[in-house]
Amino acid sequence: MLITCPYCGPRDVSEFAYQGDGNRTRPDPASTDSEAWNAYVYDRLNPAGIHNEIWQHAGGCRVHLAVVRDTLTHEISSVRFAREHGTPTHSRRNHGAKA
Amino acid sequence: MGEQLSPLEPIFRPGSHGNFVDGVGVTLSEIAPGSIVQLAAWPGEEKKLMAAIGSVTGLKLADGAGAGASSDRYAAFGFAPGKFLVSDASEGLATTFAGKVAAATGTVTDLSHGRTAIRIAGPRSEWVLAKLFAVDFSLPAFSVGSGISTTHHDVFTQIQRSGPDSFDLYVFRSFARSFWKMLCHASDEVGYEVR
Repeated sequence: MLITCPYCGPRDVSEFAYQGDGNRTRPDPASTDSEAWNAYVYDRLNPAGIHNEIWQHAGGCRVHLAVVRDTLTHEISSVRFAREHGTPTHSRRNHGAKA
Repeated sequence: MGEQLSPLEPIFRPGSHGNFVDGVGVTLSEIAPGSIVQLAAWPGEEKKLMAAIGSVTGLKLADGAGAGASSDRYAAFGFAPGKFLVSDASEGLATTFAGKVAAATGTVTDLSHGRTAIRIAGPRSEWVLAKLFAVDFSLPAFSVGSGISTTHHDVFTQIQRSGPDSFDLYVFRSFARSFWKMLCHASDEVGYEVR
């Protein structure tokens, strides 16, 4: 699998480290809503299809990337610097999963 | 300044090695620059940092990922967004940059003792490097002066193309000896000269 880093160009997946689900929204650090924290820490959609993910080009320029990957085909439809926008372009609702 | 010691010294064997009967495919050498400095710009301050690099080294860096340039004395290239590696044949580059790069522009990190610079040159250098790194080393994809960051089995390596058939590799000093051994093994097939 190749991931096209916006800075480095196409690189082998072995240069990248998976940093987790890109759909999560961290609750306010002051929040005491245990359900929100539980959801943030444990709830994952595990979709069969398009998935928003955070990867780090750990063996390259070391930037964090927001990647949209199809979990069935490994096709990567979008890669951008994670810092450039707040949230990934695909919302979790689009996958037909629970809200 | 103290005497510069090489981590390659115990295994550095000048001369021809491997399958060199039909000619030497690559030449391996240690560059041993006096200074290696990493510069990082805060977001939005990249242009100021590039201007500082230009004023110190006289090198003009183009915009764009991995852009770089070199002269007899200096080499510089981008290896990540807003980050640059600069080497100098002389010592004291970090001190010079510390006086040129304002704290609001970015950071200066002296890596002179933390990296080992190795040059691989010769007609088979692309071939040998392609065994180690999953990167396109052809001239159209990797132009002279430009640089990349990549890794070989967790040995993080920054590479600048110093000529059509020449590449400068910067590796962690603590990995340099095993990396050098591996480079020699990879070069064995094409014949290599250490100098």
